[in-house]
Amino acid sequence: MVGIPSRHKSLVLLLGVVLLQVLLLAVQIKRDSQGRLIRVWTVGAVSPFERAGAYGIGGIRNTWNHYFALQNTTRDNEQLRRENDALKLQITQLQGKAAEADRLAALLNFRKSHQEVPMLSARVIGASADTASQTIYVDRGERDGIHKNMGVITPDGVVGKVIEAYSNTSQVLLLTDKDSGVGAMLAESRIQSPVGGTGEPLLSMKYVANDDTVNSGERVVTSGMDRIFPRDLPVGTVADIKPGNPFKQIRIRPSANLERLEEVIVLLTLRPLELKKEPAPTAPTAVARP
Amino acid sequence: MNDAFDFRGAETHIEVHKFRAGAIVVTTALALLIQTAFPVYFSKAAILDLPLLITIYFGLSRRNPSTGLLLGAGIGLLQDSLSGSNVPLGLYGISKTVIGYLASSIGARLDTEHPAARFALTGSFFFVHQGVIVLTRRLLLAQPEQWLTVHLAIIAAVNSVVAVFLFALLDRLRRHS
Repeated sequence: MVGIPSRHKSLVLLLGVVLLQVLLLAVQIKRDSQGRLIRVWTVGAVSPFERAGAYGIGGIRNTWNHYFALQNTTRDNEQLRRENDALKLQITQLQGKAAEADRLAALLNFRKSHQEVPMLSARVIGASADTASQTIYVDRGERDGIHKNMGVITPDGVVGKVIEAYSNTSQVLLLTDKDSGVGAMLAESRIQSPVGGTGEPLLSMKYVANDDTVNSGERVVTSGMDRIFPRDLPVGTVADIKPGNPFKQIRIRPSANLERLEEVIVLLTLRPLELKKEPAPTAPTAVARP
Repeated sequence: MNDAFDFRGAETHIEVHKFRAGAIVVTTALALLIQTAFPVYFSKAAILDLPLLITIYFGLSRRNPSTGLLLGAGIGLLQDSLSGSNVPLGLYGISKTVIGYLASSIGARLDTEHPAARFALTGSFFFVHQGVIVLTRRLLLAQPEQWLTVHLAIIAAVNSVVAVFLFALLDRLRRHS
């Protein structure tokens, strides 16, 4: 047998080691295995040191960041505070815009669903200087076809009526004013009675007899008898009922948010209006009093 | 004599360096640990191939092709097993076996103590190492990979620079006779 010369031994060893590893590769490819056992051992041996290193480096980083690298913290804090304030302001503005968009969308929907009624949307631009009177100013006037005594509503309900129309603006008397009133009726019992303002947030339903049954929370809608508002527009809900002499004292919470009006709809007609009847829910038959 | 296979025959006067007990094992373990842990904190550190630099250094210093290639094979296989299942066992093993052998053989013929020589040798070994990896991937694993890119050249340069300083540091582990 021919021995391997000593100077070739390292070369033979090289070829052998490489060949072994090629075979190792081939086995992994053939069996689609990844030498899991060897990897588990190696990773298991290294991971405790890695974990210790991670704790060590984390500790060093924390120490550095919390005790030594604070020279810019005050400046960063001030900058972040300024940014925070600016962002808060921006959020408030965006919330306002979103609310405005919602209101405008509601107005648009309302107009679309009542196309038979000529109407015009208007923006509230001011309120009365007199604290005792409940009036507002809108940015539409005679040039837009608005006249005195036209009804003003929102998608939520009745707002009031126009008491003065100028060329570009109009003054609207709110339903809550003492001098204001609207022909109304209880939605379920169909008992009719005018609803007027009291100068306070709640309205008053004036002529309901003590014998009539009125439930708290019952809806109050327009009756159409005032020839300003069409029938069945929401006016409010019954908030409080007390027996009186000779009529009940009924307080109504307005459906429209009269304390926070921004956009309203002016009904551009002085003729009696009739809204399209929607299928009414199961309304109990009730006798409407004259 | 076949100089292509064993360079030691012509340059027997070059000193073979010995190291303190456990120096090779500890240094290798540290290199592998740093290689796996550092990129977590410093992502740029991933371009360093510390196991390769360690293989080159001990190959050049020990000047024994047999121990050089075995050390390279061990380091390479450990690197494979720590590299995740997308790297098959043997990929780095083969390339570092070759590097270990070449470094030991060249170290036996040339003076590799000068920083410029270390810089040039590390760069050359880096490309050979990469060449063996690409060859293995193409031939054995059927994975197409580019031979040379600008990015690879930059990495080679960075590793060579680091090698100059690292080798100077590792020189302190030598045992003086």
